[in-house]
Amino acid sequence: MVRIGRRIRRNRRGEFELRLPSEEREMLRSLPGQLLALLGGGSDEPDLHRLFPPAYARDREAEAEYRGMVGSELLESHQEALRIMAATLDQPHLDEEQLTAWLTGLNELRLVLGTRLDVSEDQQPLDPGHPDAPAMALYGYLTWLQEQAVEALSEAL
Amino acid sequence: MPTPTAPSPTRIDQPIGGEDVRPDRPWLVIVWNDPINLMSYVTYVFQKLFGYSHDKATRLMLQVHHDGKAVVSSGNRERAEMDVFRLHKHGLWATMEQSD
Repeated sequence: MVRIGRRIRRNRRGEFELRLPSEEREMLRSLPGQLLALLGGGSDEPDLHRLFPPAYARDREAEAEYRGMVGSELLESHQEALRIMAATLDQPHLDEEQLTAWLTGLNELRLVLGTRLDVSEDQQPLDPGHPDAPAMALYGYLTWLQEQAVEALSEAL
Repeated sequence: MPTPTAPSPTRIDQPIGGEDVRPDRPWLVIVWNDPINLMSYVTYVFQKLFGYSHDKATRLMLQVHHDGKAVVSSGNRERAEMDVFRLHKHGLWATMEQSD
């Protein structure tokens, strides 16, 4: 039997241990870069719309003004989380700021992948033969990992 | 839409200033339900951004989950824009509107 251990946990010194098997680190390695490349194409990509929701849903003029004011800062914030995630991928420990970047980075990846896969609230794994099955399995893994990041950071609140 | 052939008297019947955005009505920051954000994550974000207790953050998260949306903060327009921005940075689906 295999015991599936927690991947992220807070130790007594207040650091966060990142216990990722090497194959999981390899699986994660390309993801921040892929999303950064997508973000480099601007915020109009349909898969990215969940990262840039409107503030004013019923007022186009106010929305355009708001977007002009903070749009680039929001983009930079999304990019920064992914860059930190990529830069710390091989570390055995993360500090709170780095794990917070992982938390938002993982969420960004799930928002884009989940939009692409059109996931539902009670999403079930897909049949192994389904063309989206590998992507859905990755989505499930990112969800599992993000849940652990939330748990570890909630303890530190 | 039909074009009036003569000056319409109806416009003087409209309440003066009825369409104006009155600055005294607070702006509400609303978070909408979505199928991707985790319940635990949404609770954590409410605690972290607004300093809410775990109980209050959980109550609001459940309201979003069950009712489809919840007002999570309110205030003047600048404050609401800042809150919406911070929620967007965390990937939550937040909008703002002026209260009735």
